[in-house]
Parts: sequence; C-alpha cells; structure tokens
Amino acid sequence: MPINYYIFLALALFCIGIVGVLTRRNAIIIFMCIELMLNAVNLLLVAFSKMHYLKNVAADSATTAGTDAQLFVFFIMVVAAAEVSVGLAIIVMMYRNIHSVDVNFLNRLKH
Amino acid sequence: MQNVLQIVYLIPLLPLIGFLINGLGRKHLSKSLIGVIGSGVILASFVLSIWVFLQVKGGNTHEAHYFDFISVGSLKIPFAFKIDQLSSLFLLIITGVGFLIHVYSTSYMQEEKQEHFGRYFAYLNLFIFSMLLLVMGANFVIMFIGWEGVGLCSYLLIGYWFKKQEYNKAANKAFIMNRIGDLAFLIAIFWLIQKLGTVSYSEVFTAANLAKLSTTDVTVITLLLFVGATGKSAQIPLYTWLPDAMAGPTPVSALIHAATMVTAGIYMIARSNLLYSMSHITMDIVAYVGLATALLAATIALKQNDIKKVLAYSTVSQLGFMFLALGCGAYTAAVFHVMTHAFFKALMFLGSGSVIHAMGGEQDIRNMGGLSKKLKITFITFLIGCVAIAGIPPFSGFFSKDAILLSAFEKNPVLYGIALFTALLTAFYMFRLLFITFTGKFRGTHEQEHHLHESPAAMTIPLIILAVLSIIGGFVGIPEVFMHGGDKLGEFLSPVIATHAPEHPVSHSTEYMLMGLSTGLVLIMILFAWFKFRNYQRTEATGFGKVLENKWYVDELYDKAIVNPLNKFGGFLKTVIDKSLIDGLVNGAGRLVNYSSRQLRLLQSGQVGNYVLLMVVSMVLIFVVQFFLRK
Repeated sequence: MPINYYIFLALALFCIGIVGVLTRRNAIIIFMCIELMLNAVNLLLVAFSKMHYLKNVAADSATTAGTDAQLFVFFIMVVAAAEVSVGLAIIVMMYRNIHSVDVNFLNRLKH
Repeated sequence: MQNVLQIVYLIPLLPLIGFLINGLGRKHLSKSLIGVIGSGVILASFVLSIWVFLQVKGGNTHEAHYFDFISVGSLKIPFAFKIDQLSSLFLLIITGVGFLIHVYSTSYMQEEKQEHFGRYFAYLNLFIFSMLLLVMGANFVIMFIGWEGVGLCSYLLIGYWFKKQEYNKAANKAFIMNRIGDLAFLIAIFWLIQKLGTVSYSEVFTAANLAKLSTTDVTVITLLLFVGATGKSAQIPLYTWLPDAMAGPTPVSALIHAATMVTAGIYMIARSNLLYSMSHITMDIVAYVGLATALLAATIALKQNDIKKVLAYSTVSQLGFMFLALGCGAYTAAVFHVMTHAFFKALMFLGSGSVIHAMGGEQDIRNMGGLSKKLKITFITFLIGCVAIAGIPPFSGFFSKDAILLSAFEKNPVLYGIALFTALLTAFYMFRLLFITFTGKFRGTHEQEHHLHESPAAMTIPLIILAVLSIIGGFVGIPEVFMHGGDKLGEFLSPVIATHAPEHPVSHSTEYMLMGLSTGLVLIMILFAWFKFRNYQRTEATGFGKVLENKWYVDELYDKAIVNPLNKFGGFLKTVIDKSLIDGLVNGAGRLVNYSSRQLRLLQSGQVGNYVLLMVVSMVLIFVVQFFLRK
C-alpha cells in the first residue's frame, strides 16, 4: 500500500483532534481528542518506519535498520498512558470541586 | 643608615589619632578627657616639631618617601614629606599656636554639650592634621590634599553651631569661595604635570626643569596658583568669605581664620618662589592685588562695630601686606610677617574671645566700654597685640611690617606710600577698637555689667604666652642696619628662598628715615584715636562712613552680579530641565510600560479554549516561519 494513504489518514485524525480540542468544552472530549492526535502521530511513525525497513531489507536481509521509530511509538504509548492517568485524576478532582467538566469554568486565575 | 627625620610622619599622625578618638568617642568620653586628648596630641606634635626644627637648624633636611600615592604610566606621585627650613618653621607655628588655642578652647567651649564638645575637638584636631599635611607635603598633590582638608575643617567649624541658618550660609559661602580658588590650583597642577611630568618640589624647582617652561607657561601656572591663593588667603576678589567666617567659635577664628589656614596661600607662593621670580607680570599682579586688598580691608575695618569683624578685616588687610611682600620678591619678609601675625592676631582673637565670654556673648563694641578695670589681663595682652600690629618698635610687628614696607619702597615708592597709608589706617582702627572696648564708660546692660569677670587661667595663660611672643617674636629678624647678622630668620630660610636683589637698593640713612617716618606717623595716629574714641558715644554713620560700614557694598554687588543670576539659572534648571525634561522622560517610561501591559493583559482571558487556540496558532506560525524563512 502506498505511504500516501497512511499520511492522509494520520492527517485526518490529527485535524479531527485539533478541531476537537479547539471547539469542545467538555474536558473528557478534549482529552480524547488529544489522544487522537497522539495516535495520529504514532500511526505516521509506524508507517514511515515500515517503509524504511522494507527498503533496507531489500538490500540486506539481515538488517534491522529503520525500525527505531517503532521503539518511539512504544515510548509515546507509555507516556500517553501515564498522562491519561494524571489527566483523568485531574478531571475527577475538577468534577468533585465544581460539579462539571466544562473547561470554561476554569477561569479563576484571571481574577 | 636611615635619616632620623624619617619618623616625621608622627607629627601629622598624632592629631589624626586624636581626631579619631574624639570623633568616635564624643558620646562616651568626659569633657575633661576630650580636652586632654585633643590638646595632648597637639602638644606631642609640638614637641616633635621643636625636635625637627633643631634637626633642620643643625643642617639635616630630609625628604621622607613613604609610598607611591598615584602611579599611572610614567607619572609617579609619591606620598612624601619634605622637611626643610620653610616647612619646619611652619610646623612650629601651626603646632605651637595650635596647642595654645586648644588649651584656650577647653575653657572657652566649656558650656557646650559633651557631644558637641567632642565634635569641636575632633574637627580642630582634623584641621591641624590637614594643615600639617599641607606644609609637610613634598609635592603639590599632597599639598592639595591638605589644602582641601583645611577647607573642609574650616567649613565644618564655621557651621559648628549648625542650628543657626545664617551660620550655615556663612559656612557655605566660605566653602564655595574656596572651591573657586581650588579649581585654579588644580588646573595649575595639571598644567605642571602636562609640561614637566612631575609635581615634586625637588624635581620641579631644578634649573633644568624650570628652563623647559616657556614664559607663558610660567605666567599661567603662577597666576593660577595665585588665584588658588586668593581663595584660601582671602584676597580680592575672593575675600568676602573671611569676615563671614567669624560665625564660628572665636578660638576657631583665631586658629584657622587668622593664624594658620589663611596663610596657606603665602606658604604656597613662598614654596614656589623660584617659579614666581621667573614671571614679572605675576609678581606685579600679586603685589597690586595684595596692596589693594590691604587698603580696601583696612578702610572697611575703620567702621565695623563687631569686635570680631574688625579683627577679620584686619586679618584680610594683613594678608594683603604679606602678598605685597611676596609680589615685591621679599619672600622672607612675607614668611616673617606670617609668623609675627600668627602671634599677635591669635592673641587679639583670643582676647576678643575673652571679652565676648565676659560679656555673655555680646560682640558689638558699641555696647562695651571701660572693660579695662574688670579684665586686666585681657586688656594688657590686647594692648600688646595692638601695639605689635601697629608696628611700634621693638614689638614683633614693627620688624616684619618694616621689612615689607622696605621691600615695597625698593620696588616702587608709590607702592610704599599706599602701604604706609594702610599701615596708618591699621594703627588707627586697632586702637579705635581698643579704646572703644576698654576705655570710657560701660554702655551695656546692668546684667552684663554685673556679669563681667576675668576669664579663667586656661584662657589667660595662652593670652600671656602669645603676648610675650608678640613682644619678642620680632627679634629673629632684626634688620641689617641695626645689627649685623641680626636677620636670623633670613639666614635660616636662605637655602629654600632665593635671595633677591632689589631694583633700587636704599642706603642706610634712607632706611632709618623710613622707619622713623612710619613709627612717628603711627604714634600720631594712635594719639588721634585716643582723643577721638576714649569717651566714645554712639553715633550713626553718615555719608562715606556708611559706605565703609556696609563694606563698600561688595557683598551686595556679588549678590547682584553673581549669586542672583546663578540662583536664577539654578531655578531654571530645576523647573524646566529637571522637573519637565528629566522627570518627563522617567515618568514617561513608566507610563508607557503601564499602558502597554494593560493592553497585553487582555490576552490573559482565563478561557482554556483561547489559550489552546493561541498555542496552535503560534505553533503553526513557527512552522510557517521555519518553512519559508529557512535560508
């Protein structure tokens, strides 16, 4: 499959994520949109990694060159998991305090 | 082996230590302890000075080098003291008269609060320290340090009673006038450095170096030094500060404004006599300015009614005489007159202090009279001072004044005529002061009359010592006509002061005649004063007398011509330049920051959505910039 498809898909996912973050007020939805952006990047990384690997293998069947991007993806997933746990905890605390998950209520620093 | 004179640094160091102890401990030390420390350090310096003087007399002169004070490139200015005939003589005058005045002050200032008493003695010790630095320095820079130091002490002591606004003004006046002179002095030093690369006396006053200076250089340097001297030594046009300086305590007037500090200018010119002798123009100017000052101040003194003001103008006049002698090339005569003047003028100031003390602070002689009965010692010593300053043989003033008059005659008989007239005025106003104060009927209040008393021993003993010195002080410089080899002072000073051949040498018979003439006329003046003032009645001055009483309106003239325009200019700078321009700039910068931050604050909306949008937009912008502007 040509790499273009992966790029378009990732781009679409990322844009959906951005638009979601910018337009929605519900903290959980914003959170989900951020995950969406992260995974769009992950997808792109994996796709390019595979492309480079196939190119290198054609030249030398024993090589592993081009697979390091896949390792990055694992890092991103681990960090994202940690981030989710912190983020959700924050959202829970927010709900306990203001009985809402609407981010527009979080404007107390202004005053 | 090191020269024994290497330890002369102790002479100025001791007063400095006294200053530190008295200044720092003024709240904790008792008055008697402060007095003992203050006078004790000066006594120690005096004893050392006598030892130094004997060493110098025995032929041992020395330049004590301690460290490099300034060292820039090839210019090296050492911190060094020069001990020779001239400086050792001044050391004796300063520490000797200084010690007597310290002793006098312990009694005169007794009524001051302990803290202020300590402050007073600290200033006095600091003054002696600076004055010693001035005369001991081996180059013009060290002299300048002392020069500024004495100016500072003079300022501090004139404004000693700082609660009175007018006293502070007098102190400011003295300081500012002195600063004008100091500026000229400083420029002269720079000029010397520029031309010769050195300021040490031992290097400047060598034939090779003096030959390097062109006539213009010499004239400019000597004139600038002379302007410096007119500030410190109260000559026209910078003399008006000295009479106002009488705001200080009377012993201060005696020490600083009569005996020592004001003679700094004479010391400086005598020290640079080789330089001055090279410029005839400067010599003429010095002589004329000195004579004009002597005459002007003497005429003013005729009509003053404040006992200290009379003495102050008399000091200005006598300083004028000294400058006349310098201008005539009679440096020895000037130094001689410095010495005798230090004795009799200090004596008269201390005597006037005794009178003021007895009168409970009254200084107006119109309210005195007949004091001779109650203040016997003061009267007799004051009389001796008056006789000495009038120049009656064999009192000290006769010898020094005669030497000056003779030098004036040798230069130009017209100068002699004016100088003689001034000397007659001197005799007249001094005896006017004496008769109005001490003879006739008492004109003060009953309370004052009841309070009249002779001063305590700490005040009368210095008076007596100074009176004795005023009588015998002249015998160190007996003129050649009376006794061959009688001019001990001239002989002593001859290594530092180049002898000067008179333009018109006078014969012995002429000299006798001149002496007889001046003495006879002075006696007539004294008799005239006796008839006019022995039963003084208060009268109002009219016509010309009023002009004299108002000091020729010189102060008013200076106010109109210089002080007021300066004040106006200062006001302009304050309101327009400072308030509008500088403050406008500073406040404008503040207002700009304030305004712009108020606008920027709107970005901080508190809406998470806004922040995220900003973040995204900026990221996109960064990418765009990166993409399009790279290379």
